[in-house]
Amino acid sequence: MFDTLKSRIFQGQQFIKDIERAPMREQFRGFPKFCGANCNACEKCLDVCPTGALSLYPLTIDMGKCTFCGACKNVCKAGAIDFSNYYKLSATKRESLIITEGVQEADFERTAIEVRAEITSMFSRSLKLRQVSAGGCNGCEMELNACSNANFDMGRFGIDFVASPRHADGIVITGPITENMAYALEDCYKSTPEPKIVILCGACAISGGVFQKSTKLNREFLEKYPIDLYIAGCPVHPLTFINGVLGFIRGKKK
Amino acid sequence: MKNWIKTKNNERLDLALIPVLPVYELREEIIELKKRPIAFFGKDWGKGYVRLFVVLADDEQGELLVSSTIFDATMREYESITQVIPAFHMFEREFYEQFGIKPLNHPWLKPVRHKQNDYEFFEMEGEEVHEVAVGPIHAGVIEPGHFRFMCHGESVYHLEIMLGYQNRGVENLMLEAPSNQLAESIAGDSVIAYNTAYSQVMEALREIKISNKAELIRKAALEMERIAIHIGDMGAISGDIAYSMGAAVFGVTRTLVINTLLEWSGSRFARGLVTVGGVNFDLPQSLIKSTLKTLDKVETDVVRMTKTMLKNSTVMSRLEKTGTVSAERAEEIGLVGMAARASGYPLDSRFDFQDKWVAELELKQKKFKAKGDVNSRFKIRYKEIKQSISMVRKILAKLEEFANEEILTSSCVAYKKDSFVVSIVEGWRGEVVHVGMTDGFGNLSCYKIKDPSFNNWYGLALAVRNNGISDFPLCNKSFNLSYAGFDL
Repeated sequence: MFDTLKSRIFQGQQFIKDIERAPMREQFRGFPKFCGANCNACEKCLDVCPTGALSLYPLTIDMGKCTFCGACKNVCKAGAIDFSNYYKLSATKRESLIITEGVQEADFERTAIEVRAEITSMFSRSLKLRQVSAGGCNGCEMELNACSNANFDMGRFGIDFVASPRHADGIVITGPITENMAYALEDCYKSTPEPKIVILCGACAISGGVFQKSTKLNREFLEKYPIDLYIAGCPVHPLTFINGVLGFIRGKKK
Repeated sequence: MKNWIKTKNNERLDLALIPVLPVYELREEIIELKKRPIAFFGKDWGKGYVRLFVVLADDEQGELLVSSTIFDATMREYESITQVIPAFHMFEREFYEQFGIKPLNHPWLKPVRHKQNDYEFFEMEGEEVHEVAVGPIHAGVIEPGHFRFMCHGESVYHLEIMLGYQNRGVENLMLEAPSNQLAESIAGDSVIAYNTAYSQVMEALREIKISNKAELIRKAALEMERIAIHIGDMGAISGDIAYSMGAAVFGVTRTLVINTLLEWSGSRFARGLVTVGGVNFDLPQSLIKSTLKTLDKVETDVVRMTKTMLKNSTVMSRLEKTGTVSAERAEEIGLVGMAARASGYPLDSRFDFQDKWVAELELKQKKFKAKGDVNSRFKIRYKEIKQSISMVRKILAKLEEFANEEILTSSCVAYKKDSFVVSIVEGWRGEVVHVGMTDGFGNLSCYKIKDPSFNNWYGLALAVRNNGISDFPLCNKSFNLSYAGFDL
């Protein structure tokens, strides 16, 4: 037992105190940063983008499709495209994830998440989520697991993943929604008691990502049921996820 | 050996050199050679013909043996190999599912990735016999799959695993629009392994030689991935036996490693690092220094926590003699990678199919006292973490010699025509095998992927036999197999 206590003492404090202002390493590829004036119209970036997230004239990146691989930035010798380490990449409307030049991080943070009174009054202190991987590659799944580890400790905000949809207030979908998972996903949604929310987590869930052209997908679920929150990333960083959900259920700190 | 053509890992082979044997002769050869299958797949050969390619691994010689057979439109069956060599069971099922050519007398010719509604489960009858069905959606935040336990009281008689829920048609997508990003997303927990295998296939098909520096950075990243996931798994095993201290400490220690990868590449799982032609990011001296410092801390923390944990008798009582797979069984059913090594079947493609760096850096395969239980799979992770840390140190030291080299070689070269390339990369689970083929026009005509989980899922089914059903999560975590990598 003394060894166990010693291990505990050696670890010290590991949790991130202020999750909303947690620093991010500068290398992280997050919010797109454009300098359209530098663009020399070589269009090489369009060829290397694996998901068609990028479009030109004006320079636009759809964060719902973007895998944040940085291929466009690497190929752009003119320096028109970059990514900042800003990690709050969630929105309540699909269109809000489409970023053009001139949309600044601060604007995005202010407008992307629309706070609804019925959500904040119901879930602001406790939100239990059921996660469904529907073709997810285990990238987003590992990051969602990391949300509950000793660093990020999402449980302290009352947000937890639960084992059954019957215990859940909402579902989190990862993966491009394969044909073979379509039934189970809908079943899970129907088993979740009202009121409930649906969160799409990662480029695959939001747009199909690198699998969008696959014939083995069945994304009808997304047309049938309302989606409440889109969280961008490939995979979604734990800080992106926690801040996205917190912003949605609590609104901004005054 | 005129019936087989020998090749090496990442070497381009002329398609015309691959022998075509009558199917009965190929079958006899395979049975006689007693080598391990690493690829066994069909390809549409036009006009109703199907060509079946077989790649066997000669682990002692570090060589690959390739041969093939052609089925015409009237030949719809052949005598299965599985009845003699069980390690072929999944390969033959996959071939049957994709091409409808039936391996006769296959002991369980069930669906692999499709038609889950037609799956016929084994059934058991008798007093106190019952079945437990779990999934496809599991209790934790993990991928989907269906498990059916046949239980006698509390103990599991047999487990059947039905997968396919994750099927995204990756092999077809690879032909239409191959990309590094797609390769990284096949199994998102083995980003470096998959992306390296894909890049090596593409480079061999184009005969591009990448720089020493790029090779070393890839190699270091592969070991970093192994360190990170192994630590995470040790935390998850701790969690499954309710040893919270282990879960917490291994969890935060893993964060240190993946945050280092974030510094290397801008992604916690090193997405975007490896690319066809080399790597996208250089490792400057400052980063090498900080990485080495982090690794020192990681090593200290992992050693301290593991020693504390393994001294604890309540921990040991859960890990020891749980979920045992013997060495004979492992070899018989064709286990690979870390799970095989933990059972005393010492396959490691890093050494069996070694590149020049193994000799230059004097890397040695370490012996492991394997018992095949959860404890062995826990301990082998611990040993491999320590080994990988020492490998990363050596690789990073070696990098200095090549400081002036480029990290990227131009990959704007057409594919060589009529070529066949096999690339094997030892990911943290085991061998990730990619096979690429081009046709006479120089177009990519076939892309085949084998995840180590393709071999190892059956190992999990054997491991839980005669264990209490409540030990299943622990057994499952000790293998930590990929659903997405299997389902493709």
